[in-house]
Amino acid sequence: MTEYNELIFEISHPGRTASSLPESDVPSIDLMDKFPEHLIRQEPAELPEVSEPQLMRHYTSLSTKNFGVDNGFYPLGSCTMKYNPKINEDVARYDGFAAIHPFQPIETVQGAFQLLYELQEDLQVISGMDAITLQPAAGAQGEWTGLMMMKGYHTKKGDEATRTKVLVPDSAHGTNPASAHAAGFDVVEIPSNSNGTVDLVELKKQVGDDTAGLMLTNPNTLGIFEKDIIEMAEIVHQAGGLVYYDGANLNAILGQTTPGMMGFDIVHLNLHKSFSTPHGGGGPGSGPVGVKEFLIPYLPIPRIEKQEGQYVLNTDYPDSIGRVKGYYGNFGVNVRAYTYIRTMGPEGLRQVSESAVLHANYLRKKLEPHYDTPYTQYSKHEFVLSGSRQKKLGVPTTSIAKRILDFGYYAPTVYFPLIVEEALMIEPTETETKETLDAFADALIQIAKEVEETPELVLTAPHTTFVKRLDEVKAARQLIVKYSKE
Amino acid sequence: MNEFRYLPDTEQDQKDMLDFLEIKSVKKLFSDIPTHITLNENLAIPSALHESGLTKKMRKLAAKNATAHEYSLFLGAGTYDHYIPSVVDHVISRSEFYTAYTPYQAEASQGELQALFEFQSMVCELTGMDAANSSLYDGFTSLGEAATLAIGATKRSKILISRAVHPQGREILQTVAKGQEYQVEEISLLNDSTNLSLLAEQLDHETAAVVVQYPNFFGSVEDLAAIKELAAAKKALLIVMANPLALALLESPGKLGADIVVGDMQPMGLAMNFGGPHCGYFAVKKKYMRKIPGRIVGQTTDTDGKRGFVLTLQAREQHIRREKATSYMSSNQALNALASSVFMSALGKEGLQKMAQLNVEKAAYMAKQLESKGFSIKNKAAFFNEFIIQLNKPVGATNRELLEKGFIGGYDLGPDYGWENEVLIAVTEQRTKEEIDQFIEALEGMTK
Repeated sequence: MTEYNELIFEISHPGRTASSLPESDVPSIDLMDKFPEHLIRQEPAELPEVSEPQLMRHYTSLSTKNFGVDNGFYPLGSCTMKYNPKINEDVARYDGFAAIHPFQPIETVQGAFQLLYELQEDLQVISGMDAITLQPAAGAQGEWTGLMMMKGYHTKKGDEATRTKVLVPDSAHGTNPASAHAAGFDVVEIPSNSNGTVDLVELKKQVGDDTAGLMLTNPNTLGIFEKDIIEMAEIVHQAGGLVYYDGANLNAILGQTTPGMMGFDIVHLNLHKSFSTPHGGGGPGSGPVGVKEFLIPYLPIPRIEKQEGQYVLNTDYPDSIGRVKGYYGNFGVNVRAYTYIRTMGPEGLRQVSESAVLHANYLRKKLEPHYDTPYTQYSKHEFVLSGSRQKKLGVPTTSIAKRILDFGYYAPTVYFPLIVEEALMIEPTETETKETLDAFADALIQIAKEVEETPELVLTAPHTTFVKRLDEVKAARQLIVKYSKE
Repeated sequence: MNEFRYLPDTEQDQKDMLDFLEIKSVKKLFSDIPTHITLNENLAIPSALHESGLTKKMRKLAAKNATAHEYSLFLGAGTYDHYIPSVVDHVISRSEFYTAYTPYQAEASQGELQALFEFQSMVCELTGMDAANSSLYDGFTSLGEAATLAIGATKRSKILISRAVHPQGREILQTVAKGQEYQVEEISLLNDSTNLSLLAEQLDHETAAVVVQYPNFFGSVEDLAAIKELAAAKKALLIVMANPLALALLESPGKLGADIVVGDMQPMGLAMNFGGPHCGYFAVKKKYMRKIPGRIVGQTTDTDGKRGFVLTLQAREQHIRREKATSYMSSNQALNALASSVFMSALGKEGLQKMAQLNVEKAAYMAKQLESKGFSIKNKAAFFNEFIIQLNKPVGATNRELLEKGFIGGYDLGPDYGWENEVLIAVTEQRTKEEIDQFIEALEGMTK
């Protein structure tokens, strides 16, 4: 059988359908009698016309060309690609969760609000915060929500005009500066020191009356715990700023410490990372935000509260930043996270961070002789290697990443964080076996050897995927972003 | 035996790894966390449940909610109970799709990338636009991003948005605008539609864009051609938030002059999910292609000349451009975009028209029947699958009574618009003539 390589538009054939709609049981209507002529569609949208078996084969073929956690190891640093439990998927599809409307009378959806309320309580404990909103649809939206609250707080104090700057370490995720900008702040980059942590001298230099806040993840994107966190928080607080926690790396510290204990005022959590909800090839996610008590007035509305045993929606928060997302956030994702937390309990969550951290350190030590390792202190859940040794031999990290695909693994995050040359950022997670870690290490060691002996093999990788190396420059130059018949 | 089924480490595994690291316990790996910020007790959350106990608990929780399968639902207002072909869930349940991440390594993610390319193509077909991204969080966040794009593209400072746009969409736009520091002004209504003479008055040279919904929040079809003419006279952009299902029958906003078209794919293949996750789409005319927020998939070739797909124009995105990115958004709703693509492929060119036509006919039938029973319908303009009924008693009380009879009634327009006793009713293809007749009978019984 030849390999399937069609677009759904190309297998389309007029007159076919994969749907089954009832005949109308009410009088028919001529659109011309109903709508003004110029508002009636003249040419039908050219959607595919395929039968159900054709459709299933098309999408099944596509799925075979896609790599997910269920296919194999997905060591994407800073993305926490852990196993996605199947029970979570079943539960989220229960009619009582999937077939309910967000505007139903509140007494008919008490189960849904109970779940959301209890999830808020769990996440409060896990993050060490005093209140949580589940509205943000993803981590980045959580960041923007948190920063809008930061803005609300300074505005209330009359400092909006002067506190215009948000400090962000140079190792931070790109979403940090982007969401600070979307909230109307100027971004000031704080350099890291040679240990890979925030340079306190630089921080002190930059902090001042114009500081709105500091954004930080801990452990940071190098997988290193910022042990001076308390001092950093004090520096920013004393200057009148707030401290924001990017929860991307929370998996490393579940049950070990909390952002609240570390002195953070605002926290977002990535449920798809730390709480095992699948990321669906880019989404949906969910990015709840937690705050310390003094920031509760600024949380988005509506707030889900409990009054006399009933769950209610409260919009009576005059200082709220308003609404950030439709309805109650990505409810279906929150159902999955809730299910996961109930599966694991406190002991389970603690074991998660212990295994994730053990795996990261084990794998790093195995790879240290073969790749440059810019930072050698204990890693938390992830670590960063540098391919600079291989680059000197003419093989860039991109090619190493592509070669990894040939071994049946997804590639690590590459070229991030930006402060490490030829970065390869690896996060094994707690759900992989020691056998997988060993095999993956062997593959990377073999690739290092290939770089020395048969560099061409690495430079032309991947060799076993459905397509070979794709031309990204061409894609950006000729820009074909939709199908057209011609 | 490890009691947590997702965690594979045995005691021996752990010992082997610790030996390799030359340390005695995992605790050592956490020794960089200062002791005064170390948790010494377990997190105070409920204990773990085994799988059967958990399933039982979750079923009980789900059973506390009244579903659209037990009740006859006449509630819309942005989220609708539509037919979802079985194939949709089968495709998105393929774990190669749902357990994948953002396709950073294109060669290992061709399935995802091609599906999103097809999604972009279908969105362009429906909206009449030149380019679409591979989705944003929901229709309302798409709306906020569209306004921000318009502000940046025109270098003007004000957005005019119709009060006939979904109240939550307007609320979110206000939050977005507070961050970006631009003005949002609302245009009042004339009955059930945007007041065009007020729009003409409010339009000025600081107006970056006019935002309308199509069909609007009340189900009425706005005259986009007339709105475009007014906006163009002041060189303001036209942003249209459109229900994609309605676009099967209504002229595409692109043809009528829209510069940016956004909306939510929920009516097309996505379960209501208590309001999320849904899926925002975002489409533009060619001129604005490089200002699009979020991810875009582009076609290219591999080293053998074979067709393939990659994420393209990434220099707009936050992971490259940081604070200068077109948007802060990193995640999208790729899995839901896939669900919508499967839906659009399943319904196809004619099926989608047929489904939309059923919506028009059922809603029209219900409105006509209600009028014949003496109810008045507020919509003056033609409506799609939603319309406003004037009741002679409060909507909340009416809905409580309807609930006892097995119906979930409509959306109370009182709180948002101050219209007392007015309710927004949605009738999709899922409602049979029998259900509609019974609903009218119930309504008649309690309001007369």
